[in-house]
Amino acid sequence: MSLLLTFLQNAISQGVSILFGASGEIVTEKSGNLNLGIPGIMYMGGISGLMAAFFYEKSTGHPNAFIGLLISLLVTMLASAFGGLIYSVLTITLRANQNVVGLALTTFGVGFGNFFGGSISKLAGGVGQISVKTTASAYRAKIPGLSGIPVIGDLLFSYGFLTYFSVILAVLLAFFLKKTRKGLNLRAIGEDPGAADAAGINVSRYKYTATISGAAIAGLGGLYFVMEYLGGTWNNNGFGDRGWLAIALVILALWKPVNAIWGSFLFGGLYILYIYLPGLTRATQELCKMLPYVVTIIVLILSSKRNKHENQPPASLGEAYFREER
Amino acid sequence: MSKEAANKEVFLRMTKRDSISKRKAWAIRGIAVVLSLILCALIIVALTNDNPFQVYLGIIDGAVGRKRRFWVTVRETMVLLIIAVGLTPAFKMRFWNIGAEGQILMGGTATAAMMIYFGNAMPNWLLLLVIFIVSSLAGMLWGLLPAVFKAYYNTNETLFTLMLNYVAMQIVTFCIVFWENPAGSNTVGIINGATRKGWFRNIFGQQYVLNVIIVLIMTLAVYLYMKHSKQGYEIAVVGESQNTAKYAGINVKKVIIRTMMISGGICGLAGSIIVSGASHTISTSTAGGRGFTAIIVAWMSKFNPVAMLLVSAFLVFMQQGSIQIASQYGLNENASDIITGILLFFLIGCEFFINYKVEFRKSKKEVQ
Repeated sequence: MSLLLTFLQNAISQGVSILFGASGEIVTEKSGNLNLGIPGIMYMGGISGLMAAFFYEKSTGHPNAFIGLLISLLVTMLASAFGGLIYSVLTITLRANQNVVGLALTTFGVGFGNFFGGSISKLAGGVGQISVKTTASAYRAKIPGLSGIPVIGDLLFSYGFLTYFSVILAVLLAFFLKKTRKGLNLRAIGEDPGAADAAGINVSRYKYTATISGAAIAGLGGLYFVMEYLGGTWNNNGFGDRGWLAIALVILALWKPVNAIWGSFLFGGLYILYIYLPGLTRATQELCKMLPYVVTIIVLILSSKRNKHENQPPASLGEAYFREER
Repeated sequence: MSKEAANKEVFLRMTKRDSISKRKAWAIRGIAVVLSLILCALIIVALTNDNPFQVYLGIIDGAVGRKRRFWVTVRETMVLLIIAVGLTPAFKMRFWNIGAEGQILMGGTATAAMMIYFGNAMPNWLLLLVIFIVSSLAGMLWGLLPAVFKAYYNTNETLFTLMLNYVAMQIVTFCIVFWENPAGSNTVGIINGATRKGWFRNIFGQQYVLNVIIVLIMTLAVYLYMKHSKQGYEIAVVGESQNTAKYAGINVKKVIIRTMMISGGICGLAGSIIVSGASHTISTSTAGGRGFTAIIVAWMSKFNPVAMLLVSAFLVFMQQGSIQIASQYGLNENASDIITGILLFFLIGCEFFINYKVEFRKSKKEVQ
């Protein structure tokens, strides 16, 4: 029982990063932009928040956890929004190919994260492994009282605030996309930018806004990993392929943020299942780690085979929109 | 066009160029390269407090300063080139194969397996031949899977090939469990370090000449295949329009599957060149992101083999140089990825100014 509880807890905490990434990517893709730079943006967001907190804690003798939290949150969102801005300028204004720009952005972002993660202590004057315990404690703070309830408290109330925020954000995004005028406009652009343009919607502005705010949301996934999961430190390539899993999750969720919530916890569970399955050898553990990717491939094949209309990606996904080329 | 006049905020006018002279296009690219180099220099200077000329001398020294470094730069250029060449047929067909990483890893794993299990069973030339065939087959299999599903169910190939990269990585870690040397290190170590079985032999006294020969032959072969064969033409037609291809009696499914087998096969061969011809070991970082970089190389070069060689050489030159600078200052070698990223942003962005003309709109109203 307690083993199952730990498994569920870990599955959820593995899933949060992926959920942030997937929510950001859904908003982006709804505008017709397939941003393959999300993995890089998540690295950029994570390291920027960590660096901001690090320099803040270094500059004052008695760092305040709450101020550290605000600074790192703000810097993370700015840095990842900057990643989204690079992507937007190149694909929307300069009309470059989206896949190519996305991959270049991922190369850049992962390098950015690993470079500063690996060099920051050297650049700051050789303090060894960087660690921002004070700020991280604010991210790791549990809900007082509720988290003390046995079992339910552990399962539902034992996480930092970003976990709850990720779920609330996904629900809000679902509401925004389905129930508001702006959400409708955004979806219209993703389906047919030409028609949306003719209807008087400013296509470029929507695409910019969606891509940049999507990137900022995805960056929070990197911050969550650095602050709550790792406890305020950096591990080169530690974030791994979670960014790509976030892009895969968008497909699994059929472009619906609410589906992404349970999907992310499923992915989180598959990610760590090998630790909990009894009787695995070292070799079969490695095979078991394939599961999230194999599941994604199977979902991809099944959804393309069934070919249901409402389960398809936005119709103009991956294509740049040039008004004069219609 | 009617909306254009109503849009008051537009002060820049962009029009598509009908044509652009070769000289002008290269001048634009040249400006982009210079701008990117200046930005890179600013960043390096900000991090190291060294003067920019010193930094660029350091990059040149790091890339080609010693004979050994020069040949490493050549070797890495060749690897990037052959992956870009391998991806070309798939991209010509508008098939987004972003699974080169996985195809390379499968080819590399097959190569390592041959070196380990058949190292002493046959003469070296035969072993190398077997390695080339088996690694190509492994890469081919990894290209075949998404192609079949694309052809029959129209499954999204971008994400399918991407996911296969990670499946391939797990296959590598699975194999490392059995091959690890020394035990407990979780790495394979140098394979056949004493006997050098399955290694590329020196030609003209140089270690990497065979790499260059193989890559250049493959580049030429793919160029001829794409330009002067019926199959190459079929690929181009399918890429332009699948409906046209069907109308012309081309079996689209067959073309998709065949082309991805070729593409995957060459990427698998690239894996054998990395393992047999350079690293002599296998790990999850054997491909090291080059499968992604090569996509950008192939796309930016518009599949022109000479351009691909130039772009690969430029990127590798800057990477090797910045790795040297980073280690000189005790910084992390991932600096090269940042540099690569910046160069790519500029090179990608400048294509716009080749395709479009930008004019400042004065206060005149008689546009159109």
